[in-house]
Amino acid sequence: MDLSDEKVSIIISQGSLEAIYPGLIMANGARAEGMEANLFFTFFGLDAIHKKRHDHIKMATVGNPGLHFSTMLGGLSGVASVMTHMMEKKMEDFDFPSIPEFIELIADTGAGLYGCQASVDLFGMERSDFMTS
Amino acid sequence: MPTATIADHEVELNDVVFFVDATSGPRTWHPCSPHESDIDELTDRHWQVIRFMRDEYFEKGTGPTVRMLGKTSGVPVKELYQLFPKGPAKTAARIAGIPKPRGCI
Repeated sequence: MDLSDEKVSIIISQGSLEAIYPGLIMANGARAEGMEANLFFTFFGLDAIHKKRHDHIKMATVGNPGLHFSTMLGGLSGVASVMTHMMEKKMEDFDFPSIPEFIELIADTGAGLYGCQASVDLFGMERSDFMTS
Repeated sequence: MPTATIADHEVELNDVVFFVDATSGPRTWHPCSPHESDIDELTDRHWQVIRFMRDEYFEKGTGPTVRMLGKTSGVPVKELYQLFPKGPAKTAARIAGIPKPRGCI
């Protein structure tokens, strides 16, 4: 398959672990296949490139049927932190990059990374809040 | 399965033009035209990556992904994409005559 003229644009609009990683994996995979790739971060997805937040991204434990336990249990204090810690440990065992490392890797591949100006303004953030290449 | 004759070696290729058996062909080959791979000339830095890919394949059973290449080949990711614009691990694996690396990160 000739991918020379193919390109992909991916929007990340949510700030949970399982909402951020898939977009990063796809963008990285697209670049590895020689495709042009752009990542657009908007609304809560901006946390992925926010310097103070990208190390503290949590897994969604409420309203996440994939976890196979009740939403009520997921809403208890500390459950999200514990589940996130477990997931991060598993990812570390499989040598998954952390979100900051992954973003840096994708920037190095030559993919375009864009933050939504409207969301940045809406949340009262500044350019200096975000990672730069 | 399609085959090709390269440098007097009969080799089996899969449907995306990767060697099925890395031991069946010549040590290296270049199936892509410069236009297809966006490489004008293979430099020493290209060869450093290509040799590394092949060595890793024979040691571990699969070639490294781009991230691992960036960490272990001595060529950083940014430069890898300058050397192999159409995908470093994919293009280098083709040239190295090894199957496409497994793994997506």
